[in-house]
Amino acid sequence: MSASSPPPGAPASPTSVVAEPEDVRRRHQGDPGEVIISFRDVHKAFGDKVVYEGLSLDIRRGETLTVIGGSGVGKSVCLKMLIGLLKPDRGEILAFGQDVTQMDEAQLLGVRKRIAMLFQGAALFDSMTVAENIKYPLREHGWGTEVEMDRRVEEVLETVDLPGVQQLKPSELSGGMKKRVGLARTIAVEPEVILYDEPTTGLDPVTIRRINGLILRLQQRLGVTSICVTHDMDTVFTVTDRLAMVYERHIAFTGTPEEAKHSDFRFLREFVKGGMGTLDEDLT
Amino acid sequence: MSGPATFFSAIGELSILTARTIREFLRPPWELRLWVAQLDQGGVQSWSITVLTAVFTGMVMASQFAIGLEPFGASLYTGKLVALGIVRELGPVLTALLVGGRVGAGFTAELGSMAVTEQIDAIRALGANPIRKLVVPRVVAMTIALPLLTILADIVGCLGGVLITMVEVGITFRFGMEQMIETVHVHDMLHGVGKSAFFGYFIAIISCWVGMGTRGGTEGVGQATTRTVVWTSITILVSDFFLTRIFLTLYG
Repeated sequence: MSASSPPPGAPASPTSVVAEPEDVRRRHQGDPGEVIISFRDVHKAFGDKVVYEGLSLDIRRGETLTVIGGSGVGKSVCLKMLIGLLKPDRGEILAFGQDVTQMDEAQLLGVRKRIAMLFQGAALFDSMTVAENIKYPLREHGWGTEVEMDRRVEEVLETVDLPGVQQLKPSELSGGMKKRVGLARTIAVEPEVILYDEPTTGLDPVTIRRINGLILRLQQRLGVTSICVTHDMDTVFTVTDRLAMVYERHIAFTGTPEEAKHSDFRFLREFVKGGMGTLDEDLT
Repeated sequence: MSGPATFFSAIGELSILTARTIREFLRPPWELRLWVAQLDQGGVQSWSITVLTAVFTGMVMASQFAIGLEPFGASLYTGKLVALGIVRELGPVLTALLVGGRVGAGFTAELGSMAVTEQIDAIRALGANPIRKLVVPRVVAMTIALPLLTILADIVGCLGGVLITMVEVGITFRFGMEQMIETVHVHDMLHGVGKSAFFGYFIAIISCWVGMGTRGGTEGVGQATTRTVVWTSITILVSDFFLTRIFLTLYG
């Protein structure tokens, strides 16, 4: 069990509810560089469509890893497999030393408390207000009293620069606001790892920059480990420590964005340059 | 998959969903707030279509029987036939078909929209169980609400029947009501209301199963909703035969 969250059912103390960033950061920092998530020879297919054949990837504590690749190659699938929303056909996925592929739903709750996910469309519950959306995981994880949860809602909304929207419904929010509320809901329970599924898709350039800034700020303030699936090279070059490319059903490259730009792997090089608007002529 | 394979696969998946629903239902603490919300949506908000359907069904039956029985000199039995027909058969079946169309389609559309926008995945990712949050409240609500709506339909349908019998046959209101009350016994009520509890369960479990399995965006939601209305209607009509045989064996 992580030290970052109150025990199930126990009311959190006021200090943990309004935890100082440094406190959270310290709690999230185990052994820097330690591998905390590991995909080992993972295979996954949907019917005849093979998505992964031997996916292997390590994620280290505190780093921000960005997963890139063409559309439909299964980048989001690896995030969903990591928190047990999808089961791989073969292989191991170790999270904090435990194989999530062998866990039942009850055991997965522990993993989902430590690893939270921001969905592509934010996946806010339409029937609930912003405040109720953010309280949802707090209630499920036994955060504390209503007053403490209200304070936590206020706090995370301030973190994502959206104070005072507690009583709005998702239908009253813009796309960028929905993403930020989704992010607030994701960080509400102080996860150690955040999974971002296309966090900037469909947003305008100003909002994209704002979201990228938020991801970076969360990483710096809270010291969380992040895995970000994206097509957006702005995001890649703003937030990434390490880059992984999905190509032909496995991870074909891992390295820094700078290494990617100068890689011998032409598809990766062009992918990165293409995102920056500098594709080679023969590929345009 | 072929037709029979699809059918048996559906039966298998519905059985698994039922088992999981019962397991979550038996595991406290109960989410009473969600149950009440679904009772309101599925039950309370369905009273008007129930009343409208029942009253006209009772009036149509009385009109037909009053005229049809006249050549045999049996018009005075109109009230008895209407009462038995409504309480044992038409009350539960018509209420289930009408409410099933309205509520089942609503459940599938809501859960289908949640599925295609990843909200059901989000429920799991946020540490909750979608069956506990979405399916149990709907199944509980419909299994309770449909028998209550059926009782309402029985009462209103009989009243409609008495009114038309008064006009067509010339009986008094008091005679009509007394005739119905002495005709309908407790086991007749149990027969009809008992069946409606099963219909309520079928409507909820099928609509939730179809909704949660929705794929393919808004087009998929539309197709899923249509599927639910067709499947719940067929299930109600087919199961009605078997349930009727079982209840006839039990109560006569």
